[in-house]
Amino acid sequence: MTPPARWLDLRRHTPARVALGRVGNAVPTSAHLAFQADHAAARDAVHAALDVERLRRDLAGHGLASQLVRSVCPDRGTYLLRPDLGRRLAPHDLAPAPGRLAFVVGDGLSAVAVQRHAPALLAAVVPVLEPQASIVIATQARVALGDAIGAALAATAVIVLIGERPGLSAADSLGVYITWAPRLGRSDAERNCLSNIRPAGMPVAEAARRLIWLVGEIRRRGLSGVALKDDTPYDRSTEVLGT
Amino acid sequence: MAYAHTLHGTRYVFPDLRSLLARATPLRSGDSLAGIAAASAAERVAAQMALADLPLCRFLDEAVIPYETDDVTRLILDTHDRQAFAAIGHLTVGGFRDWLLGDADGPALAALRPGLTPEMAAAVSKLMRLQDLVAVAAKCRVTTGFRNTLGLPGRLAVRLQPNHPTDNPRGVAAALLDGLLLGAGDAVIGVNPATDSPEATATLLHLLDEVRARYAIPTQTCVLAHVTTTLACIARGAPVDLVFQSIGGSEATNRSFGVNLAMLAEAHDAARALQRGTVGGNVMYFETGQGSALSADAHHGVDQQTIEARAYAVARAFDPLLVNTVVGFIGPEYLANGKQITRAGLEDHLCGKLLGLPMGVDVCYTNHADADSDDMDALLTLLGVAGVTYVMGVPGADDVMLSYQSTSFHDALYLRAALGLRPAPEFAAWLDGMGLPNAGAIPAPLAPALIGLG
Repeated sequence: MTPPARWLDLRRHTPARVALGRVGNAVPTSAHLAFQADHAAARDAVHAALDVERLRRDLAGHGLASQLVRSVCPDRGTYLLRPDLGRRLAPHDLAPAPGRLAFVVGDGLSAVAVQRHAPALLAAVVPVLEPQASIVIATQARVALGDAIGAALAATAVIVLIGERPGLSAADSLGVYITWAPRLGRSDAERNCLSNIRPAGMPVAEAARRLIWLVGEIRRRGLSGVALKDDTPYDRSTEVLGT
Repeated sequence: MAYAHTLHGTRYVFPDLRSLLARATPLRSGDSLAGIAAASAAERVAAQMALADLPLCRFLDEAVIPYETDDVTRLILDTHDRQAFAAIGHLTVGGFRDWLLGDADGPALAALRPGLTPEMAAAVSKLMRLQDLVAVAAKCRVTTGFRNTLGLPGRLAVRLQPNHPTDNPRGVAAALLDGLLLGAGDAVIGVNPATDSPEATATLLHLLDEVRARYAIPTQTCVLAHVTTTLACIARGAPVDLVFQSIGGSEATNRSFGVNLAMLAEAHDAARALQRGTVGGNVMYFETGQGSALSADAHHGVDQQTIEARAYAVARAFDPLLVNTVVGFIGPEYLANGKQITRAGLEDHLCGKLLGLPMGVDVCYTNHADADSDDMDALLTLLGVAGVTYVMGVPGADDVMLSYQSTSFHDALYLRAALGLRPAPEFAAWLDGMGLPNAGAIPAPLAPALIGLG
């Protein structure tokens, strides 16, 4: 039931699940179970809780101070059904964060991504962009929760690192959203985004380079969003993981 | 106008038609998110009873979104055919359900189309169980054509969707060939571009057209870019078979997609003028999906299924070759789980067919919804019995560009075999000539080298 070699050769050209072979009209057992395993990893990533204490230790290891907030979402089940609640900040006494840029790390749809890649990315960019920054860690967070945090801190811009919706090929993609002059009611069109940050996607070093460049442009022009970069790829997947 | 019904001693009042429709809608997360769903199971059934007693002609007097402020409402009412409506004009919504399940046959349903509004179709579907949604849809017959004929009895077509994360031409070509070898591609060979620019779109258009020509495949190709991008490609002479666009059921939803009815008409005219079809002149491809209006804050308090059906009024104004709802793509805040996705897919399919559309369904889910491949198998099988015009074919059901799970080439083979369905006739003849889809190896005429795969 192994496909002939030439059919199998199609796999050289694409990460898509081509040349899977056939048993009757179905895929062979190995391909079936490989799919199930990838879906299981994605489902587990969606429901995993962010290990906040470990994240704080990892940040501290890079010399980065942090504080904790959460959205008004009580649990993950509600989070998935009520994105509006994930954008609202629970009452907090936010400690004033030094500097004009606010950095937020939100669990989003993949705490796994945040746990794995956020400390290294922050360690690479914070010393360049805002050496005194205190990182705000937010749980049950959507991207727009950063607007409330940035406004509360009177930041000129907010940079939100957040776990992206897991796909089958990667459950640990990190996204970064930058919003100039954050305040309630900002739309997605007013943000700039880097996505698919992970070793096999956009490596952390490249993401750091792009992020530093983007923040520089946003500060220089005093705006963010489509007006800054109108060749941003249109991608339905980011539209949904969104806001 | 207010509506009311008393059930188990409790009187439920619904202030207007849109709230009656919303309260009567089987539970889904999007209507709860919008704050318009029934507050209890009993209220939902009371609303369904009130809706069942409502004369269909009421829908011609009370618009769910005002005529003055919404061009989709104007399109619906201005093109309504009272003569065609006369066949059901005396019925209530409940009576209409009984008529659909009883006396109505294929020719009667076809004759009714111009007299049926999307709101009437949505309303009656809210009174139906899954088996009703399947049984009535199976009576509808909608046939369209471009380089092959879609929608004939006993046929099931497949959109071959060879997406690649970076639009790499070899990657697209490899997935495309994989799909052809497994019998997919009669509905369309359609790529979602990772980058919506005229340059990237034109590159993909030329690639798809060259593969189609090199292998002499009787099908059509499409790059699912924004309509303005496709128009720019037509202007520069790129080979455009079909114009794609995502559409919704209110003027404001369409604005959120960056389109209006005039732009769609311009695109329709431009693609027709190319005269690239050989067996038919349907040149539009539309995608829809419950939840897009709420997502764009453009729902006007109308439930997501009714506003989805209104998108089909937009579609039918442009005689499309293909329309599909992307039913599970939008996420759990709109359709929470496999149960809700299943019902929505069958509702959308029926409403599209009743309104005369060549309706396919992207049977799909995302990883944050409570759904899996078992749910997809169930919906796919139900849709096959309902006579769905086409489904998606994605390598291994895993779209590596859009990061969601759809149906695979194998799934379509399963469905055709389980229900005795064949591909579109022109495409079936081509497959037969190649010894597909049951060749164990790549036939010589489809050598990968012919399409740049060394």
